[in-house]
Amino acid sequence: MNEPEPVDRDHDEPQPVNRLPTGPKPFDRLVDEHGAVVLRVCRALLSPADAEDAWSETFLAALRAYPRLPAGSNVRGWLVTIAHRKAIDRHRAAARAPILVGSVPERPTDAVVPTEPDTALWDAVRALPPKQRRAVTYHYLADLPYAEVGALIGSSEAAARRSAADGVANLRRTYPQEASP
Amino acid sequence: MSPDVLAPLITHADDTALMRLRARLAQESESAHLLDVAYRTVETPVGTLLLVATERGLVRVAYEREDHDVVLASVAARVSPRILRAPARLDDVARELDEYFSRRRHGFDLPLDLQLARGFRRTVLEHLRQIGYGRTASYAAIATRAGNPTAVRAVGSACAKNPLPVVVPCHRVVRSDGAVGQYVGGVEAKRTLLALEAG
Repeated sequence: MNEPEPVDRDHDEPQPVNRLPTGPKPFDRLVDEHGAVVLRVCRALLSPADAEDAWSETFLAALRAYPRLPAGSNVRGWLVTIAHRKAIDRHRAAARAPILVGSVPERPTDAVVPTEPDTALWDAVRALPPKQRRAVTYHYLADLPYAEVGALIGSSEAAARRSAADGVANLRRTYPQEASP
Repeated sequence: MSPDVLAPLITHADDTALMRLRARLAQESESAHLLDVAYRTVETPVGTLLLVATERGLVRVAYEREDHDVVLASVAARVSPRILRAPARLDDVARELDEYFSRRRHGFDLPLDLQLARGFRRTVLEHLRQIGYGRTASYAAIATRAGNPTAVRAVGSACAKNPLPVVVPCHRVVRSDGAVGQYVGGVEAKRTLLALEAG
């Protein structure tokens, strides 16, 4: 007795499962694509120990909100904005915390926790005045346009551009590179 | 273009830190019940299998030929985009599959989430689970058991779209003329599984 050959997936009518859907990407892809940028931002704004905590808080908050993120959103800008807020929260918490003798709230000495490459350069970035540090971070380390940088730091686009330029000039003074051959 | 003074910070991707942070995110999102979908892959005699689980249970097993990226994107659209590579949730599945492929296990004792199969397809899956290890049934027989003897093609289609191949044994459904028939993992994989269970 002949039985009709069952339909194979490859020859069946097109099903959503066979095409890349246009809906939201798996969150995992966002971590692949933007994990390194967010880590740079957190390191530039916080101590090495706080930076990893802020990275985790940023991606947890993003995971929570992700299903509600409108399609076509600028994902990098969104993640950097969350990281920006998490960093501010941590600065505020540090400012509220009782100051221990011998500790400096903004720049805790933490040879303890996670090591980071290029520590001296990170230190130089972290030593910049806050506005310059943020402008340099958001524009040069996170690649956001000056308009977005301005919105984040509460400046005009032009002022954000000046802050970033001042920050880079400052860095060149405080972190002199070896002369090129 | 960033100034060269900053270049080291951008070119140096700190992969060690990122791996550590990813593992921490998987753990913390699981504890916070934010991880709707966890996935991992396992190496098996029928190739690399993608394993995907919700908090309710195993929701998808996929062969490489299905394209794991496409499968995950489809799960994002149909289940939830809150997806992370988080192996811990799939430890039991990986262990049972390993036992199955080394002939130390004849049945799976795992919570399953059948939400990707609806209606008649879901009914067919329930009947596939009744076919014992090492046995086979024809598409026609399954159609009859599922209460619709004429729905032989629909049974074939349900097998082809089985979201949980290997675990829900659609490979045990063969043609009534004795031919192996087609398979979501490819005919070779089907032969491998049938030979494994016959051995």
